[in-house]
Order: sequence, then structure tokens, then C-alpha cells
Amino acid sequence: MRAVEIAKQVSSGEISARSVLEQHFETINNLETQVNAFNIVTIEEALKEADEIDSKIASGEKLGPLAGVPIAVKDNICTRGLETTCSSKILEGWKPPYNATVIDKLKQADAILIGKTNCDEFAMGSSTENSAFGPTRNPHNLELVPGGSSGGSAAAVAAGFSPLALGSDTGGSIRQPAALCGVVGVKPTYGRVSRYGLVAFASSLDQIGPFANTVSDAALSLEIISGYDPRDSTSISEDSPDILGVLNEGIEGMRIGVIEELSGKGLDGISTDVLSRVEEATKVFSKAGAIVESASVPASTYGLSAYYVIAPAEASSNLARYDGIRFGPRTEAATTAETMTATRTKGFGDEVKRRIMLGTYALSAGYYDAYYGKSQKVRTLIMNDFAEAYEKFDILISPTAPTTAFPLGEKTTDPMQMYLQDVCTIPSNLAGHPAMSVPFGLGSDGMPIGVQILAPAMAEQNMFRAARVLELESGE
Amino acid sequence: MVNELNDSSLNGWETVIGLEVHAELATKTKMFSSALNSFGGAPNSNTDPVSLGLPGSLPVLNEKAVELAIRVGLALNCQVQKSVFARKNYFYPDMPKAYQISQFDLPINKDGWLELPDGRRIGIERAHLEEDTGKITHIGGGGRIHEASYSLIDYNRSGVPLIEIVGAPDLRSSEDAKEYVSELRAILVTIGASDGKMEEGSLRVDCNVSVRKEEDEEFGTRCEIKNINSLRSLGKAIEYEARRQVELIESGQNVEQQTRHWDEAEGRTHKLRSKEEAFDYRYFPEPDLVPVEPSTEWINEIADSLPPLPRERRHELAKAVGVGPTETSLVVQRNLDGFAVEAISLKADPSRVLVHLENNLADGIGELTAKSFALLTLMEVDGELTATQAKTVLADLVKSGGNPKEIAANHGFESMDNSEIEEIVDRIIEENLDDWNAYVDGDEVEKKKKSGFFVGLVMKETKGQADGKIVNQILSAKSAN
Amino acid sequence: MVERISREEVAHVARLAQLSLSEEELDSFTLQLSAVLDHAADLEALNVDDVEPSSHPIPLKNVLRPDEPTENFDIEEVFQMAPEIEENQFRVPPILGESQ
Repeated sequence: MRAVEIAKQVSSGEISARSVLEQHFETINNLETQVNAFNIVTIEEALKEADEIDSKIASGEKLGPLAGVPIAVKDNICTRGLETTCSSKILEGWKPPYNATVIDKLKQADAILIGKTNCDEFAMGSSTENSAFGPTRNPHNLELVPGGSSGGSAAAVAAGFSPLALGSDTGGSIRQPAALCGVVGVKPTYGRVSRYGLVAFASSLDQIGPFANTVSDAALSLEIISGYDPRDSTSISEDSPDILGVLNEGIEGMRIGVIEELSGKGLDGISTDVLSRVEEATKVFSKAGAIVESASVPASTYGLSAYYVIAPAEASSNLARYDGIRFGPRTEAATTAETMTATRTKGFGDEVKRRIMLGTYALSAGYYDAYYGKSQKVRTLIMNDFAEAYEKFDILISPTAPTTAFPLGEKTTDPMQMYLQDVCTIPSNLAGHPAMSVPFGLGSDGMPIGVQILAPAMAEQNMFRAARVLELESGE
Repeated sequence: MVNELNDSSLNGWETVIGLEVHAELATKTKMFSSALNSFGGAPNSNTDPVSLGLPGSLPVLNEKAVELAIRVGLALNCQVQKSVFARKNYFYPDMPKAYQISQFDLPINKDGWLELPDGRRIGIERAHLEEDTGKITHIGGGGRIHEASYSLIDYNRSGVPLIEIVGAPDLRSSEDAKEYVSELRAILVTIGASDGKMEEGSLRVDCNVSVRKEEDEEFGTRCEIKNINSLRSLGKAIEYEARRQVELIESGQNVEQQTRHWDEAEGRTHKLRSKEEAFDYRYFPEPDLVPVEPSTEWINEIADSLPPLPRERRHELAKAVGVGPTETSLVVQRNLDGFAVEAISLKADPSRVLVHLENNLADGIGELTAKSFALLTLMEVDGELTATQAKTVLADLVKSGGNPKEIAANHGFESMDNSEIEEIVDRIIEENLDDWNAYVDGDEVEKKKKSGFFVGLVMKETKGQADGKIVNQILSAKSAN
Repeated sequence: MVERISREEVAHVARLAQLSLSEEELDSFTLQLSAVLDHAADLEALNVDDVEPSSHPIPLKNVLRPDEPTENFDIEEVFQMAPEIEENQFRVPPILGESQ
């Protein structure tokens, strides 16, 4: 059942929040051992909350817009008193003394947290194989990865464990797993959703966003978690957008550009299956009355290079606080410095170490200008090129991921191959723009393919209207 | 290595000093979170996720800290500009995030100056905002870092807003340096930016010292000295370090660029690290914070709200008294210049006002009012009170207020008339004729000695009520006859 | 492939990041980091001399908080999660070396 339906029926008393939960826990019981979407499932707490909601309904109280809707949350979002590990040994057992702003907002909306989902350690990866607690598998084919880093959240929604999930997207970590798992995944405008309580990977790129089975469920949950937060200095002071209200307005006259640099012509490695689905999407958009043309964002081809300097640079600093002094497990040694080193060496996995070292190098004396400084300028170029493209177009489209889901272990030994998974999603993070992946058909391997819809900052409404058109075509 | 050197060893050498002063800003809450900025309290009681650097926490800049930084900038004649926060990355257990949020290439204030009481202007290169660290206590080994068996960390101070004021290398002696810090402290206190307490660590001084031949134009290689906890140790550290460097050069060696630690107990500096061992801080713009670009309106508003600064006050009092500004600096330092100006406006004698404020009112004015102070100085000038008597009356006024005339009367300080004194002088001369002759015939030195002798006897006889000046006048008139 | 970063540099960077690497890790990380830096070498050809750097995606400024204590924070929850607490302080092994 869709989130929108659950909330409506729970609020009206047609169904109980408890029965909704029990139904989802049954699915989890049946499949979770194979999928491994969760680091922790909070059955007891969730049932308690469900009962509270049910008794409120019984006593005639009016409930929030996500009344009784189960939601799974990526394990890098702080939940008070509930383990938040980022799928890393270095945070094993850590229970934050506070909630992330998005958690408070979900609770205010009467959603029910059912667990924390697995991810690549500290959200660094594109397959959820870099988890200290074992990989998540793709519910559509357990031999394949779900994508990453929010693979647990994408898999949880795809497997029917939860109608909604939250992830975080730094270079594609919501959109790519959404594409690989066949669900809707949204990275909002940077600053739209508060980052307070999101364990930072790369602060200038990180953004929390929803996963859902439908565009309207994604819209509803985005409306709930959006909004200004005085605890996040980069939060945009605007109210939540009304997306559900415009969702079915269609795209008549909308100007849609297909980013040529990210759609095969300028880029190797995009599979023909993926390209043909993007091509198909353009036909659907044209049929719906949009003006579809080829668009150019020339600097986007440098996005990957700039990203793999900027994100590790910020990460090297953000992850320096994990030193075993104030929180988390400590590996004891003779001196404090040795304790810090031992704790970090034991606590971080290889991919995290690689990125910390890459970022440390990019910021270090003598290399700053060549790497970090230059990448920041490239970031400006990408922003400028997008701005130019958006003079001609309302939204842009491209593939989300270059391929469908790939086998576990295929890319783990070659980091660069893994990084190429993010080539189409990274430019939006660098520009701070919203982008989402909408499932649109299958590849010849029978695995889901996602189309990415990109929009200028704060233009989520147009993005969702186009997404809804694709969804309707797919039969939702 | 440096033994028994004295100042003469610096003959021909000039010391060049530039100071970096950190001052804790007097805000209610921390720089980037709403935890309290307060001294003392149970360990870690004034903390929150931000000041502990917990995962997921984010900094939000305190408006008051920015305002105080701008106040400092304006008071130091700086250009207030658009500024950007940066992360300074290094691992140390007192630094919870393993980076300090500071300002690097775009500080909020730049290019200012500070005027010493003698009128010399010392350049201010920049005054930027940054956050403080936690406090470490070393347990065992007498609290010394290298012998401790373990350490405890209190993050109450972590995230307290600091302003770092970087002075130009314009100072030339330990005295200069002390004057500079005193002046800076007075400015910070006056504008309400900081309590300026060096002993509590809310004002901290790092010191760059180099030496050069007096005729040289180029600066020598400098060393940075840390761990200076008082004005006294600032002076001692500079003098020690300058001599150490001179001795190195004179013995044919080079000064190595180092960071050195002042050891108060041993009265010397120790090497902490050389330039090569310097840290690679990997500064980059803090992505969790956005630029601060104070509007002209805000800056003007702050400028209008600034109280008169010590420099202006020195000049104002100097004008009222009719002396140079250097002579009024002590009174301004003691924050008594307003009182002085008020007393003078009530017709007090300006020079007696200055003398009393400098010599007799170091511990404050207590119950003394400007009006009674003015009256007291007039009584002195009119000869109603001797200097000694005035001091006594003043002490009473400070203690419990009142009318100086009544207090003087209660003490029996009625001034004697001259004929009365003359009678006593005549009697004393009769009783001490040898001394009198020695006075009459003596040279300058002898005269002075003997006059003291006679004045002392007269004072004894009159229980201090005679005016020493009058006694002297009588003595010299009689010897001339 | 060009070696973009030397084994010594990787070792240096690991030290800066407070990580200790085995000999084998040093070898593999040197190769892997070189590969990523080699990919990033496409930036070298790009002339960006006249371009301003961007550190933030959204141009905000002057985000300030009033100087008011607002949150009541319970430090006990932090102490419970800490590796070692003594007398309300975080206890650590001996610290050698001064702060910066």
C-alpha cells in the first residue's frame, strides 16, 4: 500500500496503524535475512508508537499527514537513543543524544520509524558493499547490488519492507540506488532539507531525501521533511513547497532538455539499454506536450573529477573527529595520539581510508591549488553552464546510472570503476540543484532502469510534474 | 645555554616584536551553539553536541560574537570586511572536531592600528574570529605533560568565541610589548568585548621575537613564544629570547625559525618545534557556515555605540589638566579619567587631581564624590590643608564619604597661622643653635639636610599641622637676616 | 599509468590523517589513489584562471543566531556513550606533545 493511502486510512480509522506495521514486519521477517536492508529494526518501539496513534484516532484526535506510515531511515541520520552507526565499526553502538531535524519532523507528522538502514560506510560508495555489517542485496535479484550508498533504504522500499525511506545523497547516493532498485528517489535542492543530525560526509554536497514507490509518496514525504531549520546555517529560509498540489498539472509547454554530455554522445560507459529508456522518456514528454530538445552542460563532464577532489577533501576533515575520545569504541594504546591512530585504523574501512587520504592530499600544502582550488573553480563552471542551460529549459533529463544493477564484488577492487557509477548524478550535487530518479522500464536483463530529472534550485515542482508524467506512462 | 646575560649584551642590537593576542569575547553563549560561555562550572556542564563535536551537529554563528568582533575592529581602526570561515585541521584532544573553525584569507577585520600612550602607532594586521579549545588537566607527574600518567578533558571552553588580534612587528622592547598589551586590554574592556583577564586565560599572548643590528633594514629570523601567562612573563620571555638570539648570532650561529615554549619556573624558553616540523593545517572554507558580510548600516550603528576609547580619554583629560597625553595614561588605565574630568569641571585644581589619582587613589575612589574631591584640592591650594593632611582626609573620604572641611576639623587640621609657626621656629632655633649655624653657613647639601631636620622638629611640635613649605620659607627668611 | 602520488606521499598523508597503514596497504592505496588522481588530471587542461571558486552551492550570507541560551542539553547521555569518563571529564592516555 502507498504511503498516501496508509495515512488516509489510518487517519479515518479504516485500518489500524498496528495492522499496517504488522504487515510490513511480516514482509521483513520473510525477506530481510536475504536482503540485509536494515542495520536495526525497531519492532517494539514502532508497535508502541502505532498503538499510541491508534488510541489517539480512537479518541478523535487529528493526526499528522503521515499518520501510521512506516518509514525506514538511513543509518547516518541521528536518532536519539537509537544506534546510529553509518555502517561503520567506528560508530558501533553509538546512540546519539539528539534527533536529526528530519526525525523530529517525521514524528510530528506521525510517521513511525521502523529501523535504520544499511549503507556504504559513511555513505561512501555506490553499491552498499562498503558496509561494516555486510552488503545489502538487490531485492529484484539477490546476486546483484542495490546501488549505494543508500542501498538499504532503496532495497527496503523495493522489497516492500517500508513504503517510505530516507537516504542521503552526496554524489548520487539516493538516485543511483533508486534507479537500480526500481523506486523513486529524490535529492532536493541543497538547503531545502535540514542537515542537522545527518552525519556529514561532504557538507557542501550532502542532502537528505526520500525514497518511495510512487512519485506522490515521494512528494508527500519531501513536503514533510523540507523547511527552514535555524540549526543548519545552509538551510534555505523558505517554507516547504506544495508539490502534491501541482503534481498532476502535466507538462504542456514545458521546455525539457536532454543533457547531451551525460547521455551517451559525450560519455562512454552508458549502456544502450539505459540510453534507449532515456530516448523513450523524451517521446513520452513530447507526447505530453513538452518541447524536448538537446541541451548542453559542457562542464558537467568534469564533474566526476571535481567531485572526487571536493567530496574527499571535506570528508577528510569531517571524519577527523572519530578519534575514540568522546564517543564510539576506542582502541586503547599507550598515548593519546597512538590511541587516536589505532582507533581510526581499526574503525574505518578501506574505502573510507582511501577517501580520507585522497582528501587530505588534495588539501595539503603544495597540492591545494592544483586539486582543491581548481575543483572549486570547476564547480563554478558547472554552475554557470547549468544556469545557461536553464535559460532555455525548465528541466533537464539524463540517465540516472550508467547501467542496471551489477553483481556483488564486480567493482570492489577497482575504486575508479565504482566511482563512474555517479557520473550522471554528481553535477546536481556540485550545483546544489534538485534531481530525482524515476523508474522507467527494465533493461534487457530484466532489471530496473531510472531516468534522472534535473531542475534549477528550488524548482522541485516542475521536476515532480515531469516525473509524474513518466510514472503515468509506466502504469502507476 | 644563555647565562647571566644582561641588557648591555644587546648593545647595537634591536629587538623586533609582533604579538598575537587571543581574547575571549564576552558573549552569553558560545560562538557556534547556544551552550553557555561561562568561566567555571562543573566540567563539561556547558557543552552540547556542537561544542563536543558530536557527529551530525552543525555550527550556527552567534550574532553577538560578530558584533563584538566588529567593535574590536572599529576600536583598532581596522577595515571591517566580508569574511569567510575556514577549517584549520589538526588532531589534538582538546579540539573535539579535530579542526578549529577560524578565519584564514578573509578575516573580518584588517589593516588597523593601536596608539600607545606615548603616541606611537602600532600596526594591526588583522583581527579575526575563531573558536576556543577545551581544557586538559594532566594527572600524575606533578601535572606536567611529559610525566603525566593520564589526562582529563573538560570541553566547557570548547567553542567559546575568540578574537585573534595579530599585531605588526612594530614593537621594539619588552616595555613596548607590555604597553601594547595593556593598551589593547584597556580597549577590549572599554568597548565591552572581553573581560581581558590574563590570569584567567581570557586574554592570551603569543609573541614573535627577532633581533637585528640597529642599522639593518631587514628583519632577522623570528621565533614564536607560547605559554605566556602574565605581562611580567611577557617582558621576561622577550628579554630572554632576544638575548638568546643575539648570543647565537654573536657566536657565529644562525637563529632557526622555531616555536618555543616559555617556562615560567625556569625563566627560559624551550624549543617546541622547528619550521620544518610545522603543521600542515590544510585550511579550506568551512562548508557548514556561510560568509559574513556586515552591512554598512550595521557597522555604522556599532561605530556610533562605541564608548570613548582610552586614547581619546587620555587626550581629553590631558586637555583638561593642561599636560601631555602620556601623563594621563595611568589615570585612564585606572578608569578614573571620567571622575577627574568631572572634578575639574567642579573647579578642582587640575594638577592636585592628577597627583591624587595617580598616587593616592590606586585602589579606587570608594565613597569619594567629585564635589568633595574638588573641595579638598581647593583646601590644599588655599593652604588650609598640608599635603599630608590632605592625604589623610582623602583616605577618610574614600572610606566613608562626607565633607572634607568637617573631616579636617575632626582631625584638628586647622591650619596654624604663620606667626604661631614663627614662634615655634624661633624656640627650636634657640634650642639647637649649632644646627642653626650649620644651616646658615652650610652649602646646598648641608642646607637641605638641616632644613629637613628643622622641619621635622616643627612638625613634631605641631603634630603635623604646620605646612612644611611655610616652615621652609620662614627658615630661609631668617637665615637671610 | 602515470604515478600521480608516490608511496612516500601516501605514507605522509596517512600520518596527517592519523591512520597507520601496513606495507601491503601502502602499495594498494598508492595504486588506487594514483588511478583517481590520474582521472582528475583531465582538470589540468582546463583554463580556469579567471573563474571564482565556489565553496557553497547556494549563495547565502549573514546567517546568524541570537546570543541566547536555548537548549537544555543533558551531558549524562554523552557520558554514557563515552569510552572513558572520570569526574565528569573525558579521560585519555598520556598526551605527549603540545597543542598547536
